[in-house]
Amino acid sequence: MVFENLSNKFQEVFKKLKGKGKLTEEDVNLALREVRIALLEADVNFQVVKDFIAKVKEKAVGHEVLESLTPGQQVIKIVHEELINLMGKTNAKLNDAGSPPTIIMLVGLQGAGKTTTAAKLAHFLKKQGKKPLLVAADIYRPAAIKQLQVLGDAIDVPVFTMGEQSPVDIAKASINFAKSNLKNYVIIDTAGRLHINEELMDELKKIKEEVSPHEILLVVDAMTGQDAVNVAKSFNEELGLTGVILTKLDGDTKGGAALSVKAVTGCPIKFAGMGEKIENLEPFYPDRMASRILGMGDVLTLIEKA
Amino acid sequence: MGFFDRLKESLIKTKQNIVAKIEDVLKKSTVDEESFEKIEEILIEGDVGVKPSLELVEKLRKTAREQRITDSEQLKQVLKEEILKILETGDNKLKNVARTPLVILVVGVNGVGKTTTIGKLAYYFKQQGKQVLLAAGDTFRAAAIEQLEIWGNRVGCQVIKQKEGSDPAAVAFDAVKAAIARKIDVLIIDTAGRLHTKTNLMEELRKVKRVVERELPGAPDEVLLVLDATTGQNAFSQVEYFNKALDLTGLVLTKLDGTAKGGVIIGIKSSYQIPIKFIGVGEKMDDLRPFDPQEFVEALFAS
Ligand SMILES: Nc1nc2c(ncn2[C@@H]2O[C@H](COP(=O)(O)OP(=O)(O)OP(=O)(O)O)[C@@H](O)[C@H]2O)c(=O)[nH]1
Ligand SMILES: Nc1nc2c(ncn2[C@@H]2O[C@H](COP(=O)(O)OP(=O)(O)OP(=O)(O)O)[C@@H](O)[C@H]2O)c(=O)[nH]1
Ligand SMILES: [Mg+2]
Ligand SMILES: [Mg+2]
Repeated sequence: MVFENLSNKFQEVFKKLKGKGKLTEEDVNLALREVRIALLEADVNFQVVKDFIAKVKEKAVGHEVLESLTPGQQVIKIVHEELINLMGKTNAKLNDAGSPPTIIMLVGLQGAGKTTTAAKLAHFLKKQGKKPLLVAADIYRPAAIKQLQVLGDAIDVPVFTMGEQSPVDIAKASINFAKSNLKNYVIIDTAGRLHINEELMDELKKIKEEVSPHEILLVVDAMTGQDAVNVAKSFNEELGLTGVILTKLDGDTKGGAALSVKAVTGCPIKFAGMGEKIENLEPFYPDRMASRILGMGDVLTLIEKA
Repeated sequence: MGFFDRLKESLIKTKQNIVAKIEDVLKKSTVDEESFEKIEEILIEGDVGVKPSLELVEKLRKTAREQRITDSEQLKQVLKEEILKILETGDNKLKNVARTPLVILVVGVNGVGKTTTIGKLAYYFKQQGKQVLLAAGDTFRAAAIEQLEIWGNRVGCQVIKQKEGSDPAAVAFDAVKAAIARKIDVLIIDTAGRLHTKTNLMEELRKVKRVVERELPGAPDEVLLVLDATTGQNAFSQVEYFNKALDLTGLVLTKLDGTAKGGVIIGIKSSYQIPIKFIGVGEKMDDLRPFDPQEFVEALFAS
């Protein structure tokens, strides 16, 4: 692709002497120009990039350059660290209700991967000896209920359905069902919806009021472009998100949406979807994501050795 | 509501829509370096991508210099025409073939809207009085077959299927046979979503295509790649890989009813000569429109 040779370009730009005191403004500007392009090409939102670059610049000018690094590499090192900081240093775990069941609600745009992720989460919890219940609260998409049932069957997790009744009623009834059947996790699959669809956003708010979920997780397609910020902002303002799950990271997308979503919501990214199969769910690792968004594999390897 | 109105409405809904911002910039200043930089930013924020945005602005700069454009309204016109020129190349209409059935193969990454688009397409053809047959070529995803069947019922057309997990090429084979035997006008084949980087899954698609070709020379007449308008720069990679594997004949851009601008197609259109044939503007049966570049750009620039 277009910026495939970014790393090479870097090596050229920075064939300067290593470790020469403090980073000058010129060093920093030079490196950050390339970083800016890399982040934009990775689909990090334009405004997020702008703020990020400004922050890094402030940090970097005057920073000591390590013996083994060139000034350019030193800037990248700072950028990389800041990216990791921004995405949350450690892996964030699921919230746990004091008294069971822990209620998890999955929300997001159409086709993001909610239903698949609901099943993956159930599988993940089941492997830890938990007793999850899946709830089919998408009454709109053709065969959405059936889809969740097929997935539930495959992992031997019960699926609570009430046909095409109001999703609010379904959610409410599912909690009682979970309590009387001693399920300690309830995972509610909701229909995909646009963040600008007021009617459907209201429906989510009502579900939230009714069942008070411990987790409201926004499921985000890792291939999302600049609009990720608008989507995340709206869902967060309407619902108060507790976390994010990034899907479809098994492809070649850089996944800049991760950074955008984190920047506008402040919510931790808790899991990453790495494939279509039910076991393809992994805890989210900010450091790996930072390297992926930044690209620049060669430079980062060099820096790691430093 | 017409397509134009719907698009316009969804654009107006977005506070930060490209056009309003461009107009802001252009209103404020006479044409200077800052206006170009602002336009570049606006294009990038619309998912046009860094390189295509730079190229567009470069062209705009050159034209402005050559034609001594100082008036912002005129500059806007030039940009509009430049984008229009890119979007207009190629034939945006579906192929017109003499024989029946017309065979359409629909492909794309996971969750972009393939199955829904097929339902809408079926409705589109039914409206023209055509006989439509659907093939449930997604034998992998949970309840994908049922989903297509519901669409078949809605629209009123039959669905050729086998059981979950069977070979998609075998389903396609059955469907072509059935379409010929039943003198069907249009056969539309659904396929499982797959990431373009998975070579075995791409090979599976090639096999589907080969089987169709063998049963009906010249078919599939259309190989449509469905792109989600919310997708960022990865759409380039999707077009690249799917085109390499299947020789695409067209693109469908879905989910334009959201706030995503779908600007990525501008860059794609200037790099690949693949026409955009339809756009999706909602989840309902009639939420599909033939892609009309003029209308698209007008809607984009209407404030
Ligand atoms: N490659 C890949 N595909 C995924 C992943 N997660 C989900 N998918 C696929 O993405 C598509 C959409 O997934 P769904 O779970 O149906 O998405 P959804 O958000 O429930 O969709 P709606 O209910 O229609 O809004 C399916 O083809 C899934 O198999 C992932 O991590 N990687
Ligand atoms: N808002 C909106 N939603 C759409 C549009 N087209 C499809 N969708 C929705 O997007 C989701 C995914 O659509 P599908 O047709 O199942 O997508 P797919 O590409 O067949 O998915 P897989 O087969 O799982 O890869 C569904 O919830 C659709 O209703 C559109 O133009 N606008
Ligand atoms: Mg779903
Ligand atoms: Mg499908």
